[in-house]
Amino acid sequence: MANMTFIWAVVGVVAYIILAPFVGGLLAGFDRKFTAHMQGRKGPPVLQPFFDVSKLLKKEITVVNKGQRFLVVCFLLFIVITGCLFFAGLDLLMCFFALTTAAIFLVLAAYSAHSAYSHMGAQRELLQMLCYEPIILLIAVGFYVATDSFAVTGILHGTVSPIVWLPLLFIAFVMILPAKLGKSPFDISTSHHAHQEIVKGVTTELAGGNLAMVEIAHWYEDVFLLGVIFLFIANMNHWWTIILGVIVCLVVYFIQTLIDNTCARVKWNEMLRFTWLVAIALGVTNVILVYYLR
Amino acid sequence: MADITKSPWIMHYDASSCNGCDIEVLACLTPLYDVERFGIINTGNPKHADILLITGSVNTQNQEVVKQLYEQMPEPKVVVAIGICACNGGVFKECYNVLGGVDKVIPVDVYVPGCAARPQSIVDGVVKGLGVLKEKREAMKKKA
Ligand code: SF4
Repeated sequence: MANMTFIWAVVGVVAYIILAPFVGGLLAGFDRKFTAHMQGRKGPPVLQPFFDVSKLLKKEITVVNKGQRFLVVCFLLFIVITGCLFFAGLDLLMCFFALTTAAIFLVLAAYSAHSAYSHMGAQRELLQMLCYEPIILLIAVGFYVATDSFAVTGILHGTVSPIVWLPLLFIAFVMILPAKLGKSPFDISTSHHAHQEIVKGVTTELAGGNLAMVEIAHWYEDVFLLGVIFLFIANMNHWWTIILGVIVCLVVYFIQTLIDNTCARVKWNEMLRFTWLVAIALGVTNVILVYYLR
Repeated sequence: MADITKSPWIMHYDASSCNGCDIEVLACLTPLYDVERFGIINTGNPKHADILLITGSVNTQNQEVVKQLYEQMPEPKVVVAIGICACNGGVFKECYNVLGGVDKVIPVDVYVPGCAARPQSIVDGVVKGLGVLKEKREAMKKKA
């Protein structure tokens, strides 16, 4: 049994490292296609994100300082570690800590350049973290009170799907997801769209290969975040929940695109007010209820 | 690996245009022309841009800005001058503060004439620019 879990963990990690960029890139491609159709345009080919990254890798690398490249590499590395921990079925808390560390590296990379826009993006990224980090932590706590386990495998082998106990927390997570995916209304630090009032926020000073690394990291990150969505739904004792989980992931991603196209970017204080008053309130209520009812 | 020309990111700078050409540049992004079909993105960041679209003539005030934007773009890069003003100064040529076309300050690869340049010819100019972009990339590879 112990051997089996180990094999599955290795399979999960290898699959994640190899497949996640493709899945993430394709999702980004479909996202752009849907966005274009919602705006009455034809849009780029689905493979466009891959073309973009391959072009970025061919550009001259203009680094503003040596440290920046190191920080960007760390950002990518920690995102990959986050996903690996998750798909190996290990501790969810560890995943979230690695995720936060990764985000901090991106902020540091932005701060390392002497650029007003880059700095502004970094500050806003920190504000965004202030908004979504509590929810992320609540998710770990929520999973624990609902399934008595912090480990991904433990959660998957619970008696019922966690969503049964954590519907409000799920909604709260979907609410803060735009901040993580760089989508409106919470894309204040950097938008995945081309134009923004602070040029490109955190990625303003990153060019060529460095920007490509950030893009790839985002693909990895997107797959990890969808993995968390999947974890809400899936339960190994009922095979159909696995299919349902994948469907829910795709639906949530589509809803994010829809929200992105129908909402304007909000100011940071509105984002803070909304996430703390609505999303965190939902999450906390949910956790307290489960704690006493279960 | 995909070709470098499949993902041209554009930066648009208004040197001293009358805004006629700028409106036409922006028109290219609308559903009717939809340049994103070709992977073209209108970015506001020189460090992310492959193609610099300049409208209007260069004047004494902004020649430094134009130079700086050009220098901040990573190689390979292409400059497309949009409208007759950007090509040679156009109707503003005689003004006391106007230096003339964009090529007085930075090297221009493609000239798109017209007053204002039509969206079709702008898209055409950018596509011509892609050819130049590819050549420059090849040259870069040989050097490396
Ligand atoms: S070419 Fe004509 S439309 Fe374009 S900037 Fe000059 S005057 Fe304006």
